[in-house]
Amino acid sequence: MQLILDNLDVLFFVVLFFIGYVAGRWNERRHYASIRKRERELAGVLVFSNRFPPVAAAQVDSRLVSGSVVISDDYFKDVMSGLYSLFGGRVRSYESLIDRARREAVLRMKDEANKLGAEMIINVKFQTFAIGGRNQNSVKGVELLAYGTSLAPVRR
Amino acid sequence: MLLSNLEMVPGRRVAKHLGLVQGSTVRAKHVGKDIFAGLKNIVGGELKAYTELLQESRDEATQRMVKQAEAAGANAVLNVRYATSSITAGAAEIFAYGTAVVLE
Repeated sequence: MQLILDNLDVLFFVVLFFIGYVAGRWNERRHYASIRKRERELAGVLVFSNRFPPVAAAQVDSRLVSGSVVISDDYFKDVMSGLYSLFGGRVRSYESLIDRARREAVLRMKDEANKLGAEMIINVKFQTFAIGGRNQNSVKGVELLAYGTSLAPVRR
Repeated sequence: MLLSNLEMVPGRRVAKHLGLVQGSTVRAKHVGKDIFAGLKNIVGGELKAYTELLQESRDEATQRMVKQAEAAGANAVLNVRYATSSITAGAAEIFAYGTAVVLE
């Protein structure tokens, strides 16, 4: 009993680490499944980083569309990133986090364009913004913003 | 008001350039929402309160930019860009800027 009380902080860490691993993985898997499903649904909206619209698109209705998401890391990813930062190299736990956030932001932007009846989005720009993480108590997250101009055919 | 991040509008001609317009807002986070977000930091997932907060701030910055463009007599803002920067640990500035133009 005394041993448990003495090592309460270690126990706390292990429990959080375990919860973070299980819940984080579950969340990530569920999110990826949802992303893949919606990417298939919105495959009709094309996304380009071109600055100019295709020549054929002379009669279009252009409008600014954007999508953003703030995604939190989990305790497991947090600890792993700390370890990675000691040895350098790829921080895999964060690579998948950013990948999810960026794809989610693009999907939300596509969804907005789709509602406007647009067939493509051009001049897409990305912006990444890290929230918090400056001290131990602050909330850590990363915001991904995607924005561009949607082109919808003009209906007559 | 037409907003676009292109440098032109397909099928329309820019009659007049009115120069740079901008809008910005500085927002701080809410302590109550932060407690929930702190829990999310353990299990991962989207921080919806933060997504909404930043989205609202971006809308407000855009609104301020649009107001400035309206005052200048523009009917469109082209080449719109966004920028986000953290001012202190708990607050962020959202900045929107573009070129106000009159379309024919």
